[in-house]
Amino acid sequence: MSLAIRAGESLAVPLRFPVPVGGVAGTSFKHEHLPAILDAGRQRGFFEVHAENYMGAGGPPHRALEAIRRDHPISVHGVCMSIGGPQPLDKAHLARFRGLVARYQPALVSEHLAWSTHGTSFFNDLLPLPYTEATLRCVCDHIDQVQEAVRRPLLLENPSTYVAFRCSTMSETDFIRGVAERTGCGLLLDINNVFVSATNHGFSALEYLADFPLSRVGEIHLAGHAEETDDEGKLLLIDSHDGPVADAVWKLFEIVVKRYGPVPTLIEWDSKIPDWPVLQAEAAAAQTILDRHQSTAPAEDRHAA
Amino acid sequence: MPLEQHLSFAADFAPALLDPTLTLPPDVTGPNGKPAGKRYNVYRNNVTVSLIDALAAIYPAVLRITGTDFFRAMARIHIRSTPPTSPLLFEYGRDLPVFIEAYEHARSLPWLADVARIERAWLDAYHAADATPLSPARLSAVTPDRLADLVFTPHPATRIVRSQFSAVTIFAANRGTAPVERIDASTPEDALITRAGSDVVVRHLPPGGAVFAACLMSGRPLGEAAASALDACSGFDIAANIAGMIEAGAFTSVTSGDA
Repeated sequence: MSLAIRAGESLAVPLRFPVPVGGVAGTSFKHEHLPAILDAGRQRGFFEVHAENYMGAGGPPHRALEAIRRDHPISVHGVCMSIGGPQPLDKAHLARFRGLVARYQPALVSEHLAWSTHGTSFFNDLLPLPYTEATLRCVCDHIDQVQEAVRRPLLLENPSTYVAFRCSTMSETDFIRGVAERTGCGLLLDINNVFVSATNHGFSALEYLADFPLSRVGEIHLAGHAEETDDEGKLLLIDSHDGPVADAVWKLFEIVVKRYGPVPTLIEWDSKIPDWPVLQAEAAAAQTILDRHQSTAPAEDRHAA
Repeated sequence: MPLEQHLSFAADFAPALLDPTLTLPPDVTGPNGKPAGKRYNVYRNNVTVSLIDALAAIYPAVLRITGTDFFRAMARIHIRSTPPTSPLLFEYGRDLPVFIEAYEHARSLPWLADVARIERAWLDAYHAADATPLSPARLSAVTPDRLADLVFTPHPATRIVRSQFSAVTIFAANRGTAPVERIDASTPEDALITRAGSDVVVRHLPPGGAVFAACLMSGRPLGEAAASALDACSGFDIAANIAGMIEAGAFTSVTSGDA
């Protein structure tokens, strides 16, 4: 099931892992920021785009991405592949994803441990899955297909969730480790998602991070969240990407970077988009933490692969 | 539990996302068996709100005309009956104009569906493949005896929307934020939507122009297209219309029909 073993023909194309951008901070790329970014010229850092927004044939989205790609590494972040769903991947969507990666040669390519399509309906949300041997096999098969298509390891992002499934037989970290070991994929560690899920499901974010296979992490996401309440009036966090990174998430980030060393880190901000200097300042705060630990050697995982 | 049952989770989870009358998926729970109603509703809300927002982004003039509450109520009904079938949200909403025509609360706005059709065409033009428009000089190099045989290739962004109402004027007045003057909605208007470079442009076609443009876009030669346009409108100005379409960037190339 491992891509590296099975896909002999892929060996002709150099795989881009570990990631070539190093311990730098990046931001989501929003078109309203393009003039400000271009005015400032070449900067340290990278920009991440949602793959689906650039799957049209032409037009202004591609002009904007070409302009930003000229001077900066980019990260292509897929949102809609439905890797976590039980049905076969959408072949047309897979071909579009491959085409986008081939066209822009991003430094980072990632997708989600989630599903968004069932039958013919696309739900435009990152929906949860149970963690069982059956779903693990299905996810691994889907990731093999994506990695074959893009000819490089995919970074798989841990989800934020609001519900659990009674039929789950393993923890999320065991599931994710299993996926990484079987497919050779890398991981995108979303620390806000860890904090949101830990709060929502009543587990320790630090324990989760201690169990997480950090040696496979090729990118970190940081984002803001919103607060609501659950059926019993207890705090329920929503992964809203609509504000600054919370203090608790910054603290977890520093703990991870201190232990594992610097990793490309993205500030995600997808709605109620602020002016560019506000987003840039969040990235600068992440860069300060990364720079503080540039000499840190990666620690071994608690569960060695 | 057999493996197949583990893979039924999406079939169990999906139906209630867009149907508030359905109960929670049976296998879903909060931590330690806690109830999950409000938790599942986060997904319901994410799906519904994000799809309504997607329609609002595709149809800003319809939103402005109807107001936010009207639009969101209408969109909520539409997404429940017609959820997206592609993960590309800029492809969504193609069925909304027909839905609007049948929507009882929109009966007093008979032109609204055509405004929506222009907005949908606008977004198609925005994302269409890039291509260099036909240069006007190419036509001036053709000898007059060959003009009738010319066949044009439409630019990938070119669209035509025909309306029995003043849909182009209403569209144009409501795509921005400037105050809207009173508009007589009863004048039939046809739209030519193109994107020669980076900006989508919506033009109001003169009488006969839509028939002419549609004929040319379907690959019929200039002579036939002109005859059809003259049938539709006796005062049709062939030279002005072909010059206008080329200037708009509606075509990418021209060939002699027998070439």
